[in-house]
Amino acid sequence: MQMRKLIKPLVFILALLPLALLLLRILQNNLGPDPVQELSLETGEWTLRFLIIALAMTPLRRITNQVEFTRHRRMIGLYALFYATLHLIVWLMFVLEFRWFAIAEEILERPYITVGFSAYLILLALGITSPKFMVRKLGKNWKRLHKLVYLAAILGVLHLLWILRLDIAPAVFYGALVAFLLGYRAWFSLRGPHN
Amino acid sequence: MLIKKPSDINPSEITPESVYRNRRQFIEDSGRVLLGAATVGALPSIASAQAGDGLKARAPTTMRRNPPAAWWADKFADIKPAPNSAPFYTGETLTPYEDVVSYNNFYEFGMNKGDPSSNSGNYKADPWSVEISGEVAKPGVYNLEDILKPHDLEERIYRLRCVEAWSMVIPWVGFPLADLIKRFEPTSKAKYIEFETLVDPETMPGVRSRFAIVDWPYREGLRMDEAMNPLTLMAVGVYGDYLPPQNGAPMRLIVPWKYGFKSIKAIVKINFRETMPDTTWVDLQAQEYGFYANVNPAVHHPRWRQDTERRLPQTLFSRSRIATQPFNGYGEQVASMYEGMDLSRYY
Repeated sequence: MQMRKLIKPLVFILALLPLALLLLRILQNNLGPDPVQELSLETGEWTLRFLIIALAMTPLRRITNQVEFTRHRRMIGLYALFYATLHLIVWLMFVLEFRWFAIAEEILERPYITVGFSAYLILLALGITSPKFMVRKLGKNWKRLHKLVYLAAILGVLHLLWILRLDIAPAVFYGALVAFLLGYRAWFSLRGPHN
Repeated sequence: MLIKKPSDINPSEITPESVYRNRRQFIEDSGRVLLGAATVGALPSIASAQAGDGLKARAPTTMRRNPPAAWWADKFADIKPAPNSAPFYTGETLTPYEDVVSYNNFYEFGMNKGDPSSNSGNYKADPWSVEISGEVAKPGVYNLEDILKPHDLEERIYRLRCVEAWSMVIPWVGFPLADLIKRFEPTSKAKYIEFETLVDPETMPGVRSRFAIVDWPYREGLRMDEAMNPLTLMAVGVYGDYLPPQNGAPMRLIVPWKYGFKSIKAIVKINFRETMPDTTWVDLQAQEYGFYANVNPAVHHPRWRQDTERRLPQTLFSRSRIATQPFNGYGEQVASMYEGMDLSRYY
């Protein structure tokens, strides 16, 4: 029982580690000759990782029969939103440097940004509706709305695929994970509700 | 220009040494430097004064490379320094050697910017031969030594603009491609030149990747007038030193008014032809990459805005974003070649 209480703060702190390491590299000026690119890649990749970890919680609970996994699903999902927000801030501050006229143009004209920005809006909507009172308020619709996380994950992989050039290995890797996690759910729902 | 105060040197510029050379090679190299100094009977700084005198930029002494073969040292003993005026020179701040050799796109060695420097430890730039074929009077397979023999090397400081919207300023060592072309006597049918990069799965791990969506070898091409333009350089060195593998050893193209991907590396084939060649990027995504690929702030790439560029190196707190120039600032020398062409169509 005591151990259980420790898990939540532990997950909370572990999820902040990537940010801490990035901040350390910023302070040490250790991001290479193109720090903007490096920060974009790092924050983007961590968004995708947290999204995938969040999606893995339900299958893990099913397989292990440990409710513990789904107890932290919301926090992990919020961390995906957190890193996605950092990713967006890096883009606005350092890539576009607040040239506001360019933002609409970028979102509309660069397919990978269109897709990435859509994924962000989904995560934002899910984050806003994540508190308990929102769950109560939305009732049945909450579950429907939150199924959009599957779409966000797919759009995230597409966003990555679209920025890769001659070699698409990372998109294949994350795409396979997302496909497995969504496939697992599809398989269960097709088998019928006997679990 | 290259001398830095200790406080200006970031840890990032010091530590990567172990990254771009594997340990074994580093030990071997330092051994040779010591041996070299011992046989000459002089300190390295005095020995180095013999070669590369007067050059505008030289690699840091501790990072200099061994010649791929003995004859290279003679070739590099007498390099003509860059002039003081454009277009073969620019007074813009040089991108430090450490960054030029550690931040590269060379997909044969991997997809990340650091991969080419860390994954090229087994690469061999010697022996090397180049196949000359197609519409020329003197086709054949030539040793690199014979290819380079009649050419005097010169230093040129050029801007390099990547299609990914970053740029560098780099002192190359090479000779005009035009001089090389003339030696093989192209026929009247030679309207285009096609180049190919080495493919060696043994020493190029990127080529072994199962998720590469490219049909190796890497291919690029130029129209004959572009190839003959005095700006077009066949480079064999950088910062007064031999090209490292990640920068395209032993011989690469530099076309400074075009996006970097046109400047093909590690050339093994030069083919003269009547029709426009297929190039790697056009084959892959014709709607994104064109044959010409002239730097053009007015035509955005589907993935990257092209109106500005990040001049590297940057730190997060001192970022230099500068306006991209048409033809990368070489319009005076090259714009006339494209007169009457719709550059938003022929991008």
